[in-house]
Amino acid sequence: MRALVWHGKEDIRCDTVSDPEIENPRDAIIKVTSCAICGSDLHLFHDLIPAMLPGDIMGHETMGEVVEVGSVAKGKLNKGDRVVIPFTIQCGECDQCRRGNFSLCQRSNRKGDLGDKAFGHRTAGLFGYTHLTGGYPGGQAEYLRVPFADTTHIKVPDGIEDEKLLFLSDILPTGWQAAVQADIQPGDTVAVWGCGPVGQMTIRSAILLGAEQVIAIDHLPERLSMAKAAGAITINFEQESVVARLNELTKGEGPHKCIDAVGSESHVNPGQPDTLLDRAKQMMMLENDRPHVLREMIYVCRPAGVISIIGVYTGLVDKIPMGQAMNKGLTFRMAQAHVPRWTGDLLHRIEDGQIDPSFVITHKVNLSDGPEMYRTFRDKADSCIKVMLRP
Amino acid sequence: MPLTNITHIARSHGDPWVLRKGPSSLTSADQLARALGWFSIGLGVVELIAPGRIARTLGLEGKEGTIRAYGLRELASAVPTLSIDKPVGLAARIAGDALDLGTLSTALRPDNPKRNNAAVATALVLGITLLDIVAYAGAKAVHSRERGKKRDYSDRAGLPKGLQSSRGLARKDFKTPPDYRAEGTVADALPAKAS
Ligand SMILES: NC(=O)c1ccc[n+]([C@@H]2O[C@H](COP(=O)([O-])OP(=O)(O)OC[C@H]3O[C@@H](n4cnc5c(N)ncnc54)[C@H](O)[C@@H]3O)[C@@H](O)[C@H]2O)c1
Ligand SMILES: [Zn+2]
Ligand SMILES: [Zn+2]
Repeated sequence: MRALVWHGKEDIRCDTVSDPEIENPRDAIIKVTSCAICGSDLHLFHDLIPAMLPGDIMGHETMGEVVEVGSVAKGKLNKGDRVVIPFTIQCGECDQCRRGNFSLCQRSNRKGDLGDKAFGHRTAGLFGYTHLTGGYPGGQAEYLRVPFADTTHIKVPDGIEDEKLLFLSDILPTGWQAAVQADIQPGDTVAVWGCGPVGQMTIRSAILLGAEQVIAIDHLPERLSMAKAAGAITINFEQESVVARLNELTKGEGPHKCIDAVGSESHVNPGQPDTLLDRAKQMMMLENDRPHVLREMIYVCRPAGVISIIGVYTGLVDKIPMGQAMNKGLTFRMAQAHVPRWTGDLLHRIEDGQIDPSFVITHKVNLSDGPEMYRTFRDKADSCIKVMLRP
Repeated sequence: MPLTNITHIARSHGDPWVLRKGPSSLTSADQLARALGWFSIGLGVVELIAPGRIARTLGLEGKEGTIRAYGLRELASAVPTLSIDKPVGLAARIAGDALDLGTLSTALRPDNPKRNNAAVATALVLGITLLDIVAYAGAKAVHSRERGKKRDYSDRAGLPKGLQSSRGLARKDFKTPPDYRAEGTVADALPAKAS
């Protein structure tokens, strides 16, 4: 089959690889009908997490049709079922799974020892996302083996197109969790840093959850235009001061809720000199991430406010103003999304016409154009926001 | 054996392995930049550990300190050249090339017995400078955001029921799960004054 394979930093190829095989009675194999490139894939494209191996298949936003089912998964899942595959692999039985903390499943990471060493304790297995989280082959491919398939799937009805359902795999529940983590209340001002696909879903979620004022921050005009389309007030951080504008929009009090949908790779620009220093340190391997957004959020957040972090951080960060955070009594919430915890509810909202996640797709191409699209998406060229791939 | 097959020991038997490689996302400009980055490292190391030999070969005796400093400079420009911010590294390399040429020009003086060696070195550096310029322009162009169309997405709300009726729509049937309640963690401890 064809698959997008990681060969090294900035080196992704559409290779011919052998077909996946059922390994475990709980496995299933799906024939992929649609998949997508995620902002998280860019961190791997940039080799920020040094736990990828040449030959690893990328991708964790995938849907398709079940073509083979292991003996134990049979019944819960049948040939011909139409499914979206969450990026988190879950056993469904461990303590974390039972609490709904699916991205922290204690049993699905088949390289748990690596996870234990890197994070202190293992986290869930993830598709196409380094050997720290199991080294599972990803779903930017024609076929995908799904481990723990009896619980790691979202059944979706026929009659709704892939475009509306695919993002149940990641960015829709991720944006939703970003908003839920912030515990949005009517009357809240919610500031969202980053208007990539995750930020866009976060903005819609915040609106549905009743935020009075949603403020979206980015520097790319086309992404800001998409944020505005959902009723957000926009701030272009290359043209205006984020802190000054946020204070102005909140009568000097600061936003109640601050959401980071940027993560590790904050834009490097002279207007935000700390990003230059972070970039230099990153090159010298003195720091893993560029936490400009964290610094800004802590500074501008209203005292007793909530900081919700959904953008991915990979390792060590410097100069986080813990003094400000502590004295202002801020609450921090963060996680890889616990995808299936929200997908039942979100599927119902899609069916009910409350949200149509397909708005975010700007490029629909064949899987073999994947390598080229990684560059386009990374360079933010051709007004690219979200790439959907069809095998 | 290709690297992708060696790394297969880290995988299990049902995982796919690479049979035939396709074209890479790395462009030729990226590859040229990478080659120049590794060249920087090679040259930098030689300049750092054997400045005396270089000085003798070129008739630049007494300039060992400068050559060593240039070695450090080569290593420093290799880091961004090999990173995803190639243009930064390549610009640093071009500036470095100018310094190299300046220093080499002093070795082209008629009374230098090693004048011919210096001339060869100058020609080499000129060639490399040209490559640096080509790589810089190439890397800038292939990664330019200006590629393709500029679009506006102000018609993409994604909220089919309209902005008005969407606000707060989910509150009817969604309650923040107890383990996600954050509002109040601080306020509960310090009850707000009755207004
Ligand atoms: N927690 C999860 O479960 C989860 C799931 C999916 C993605 N993510 C993460 O979410 C993040 C965003 O993903 P995406 O797909 O939207 O990626 P993306 O790269 O398309 O979007 C990031 C956006 O942030 C903007 N940005 C950069 N610096 C900024 C700054 N200082 N202030 C404001 N905006 C800034 C960029 O211009 C870009 O539009 C990534 O870190 C990704 O790894 C997390
Ligand atoms: Zn993702
Ligand atoms: Zn589990």
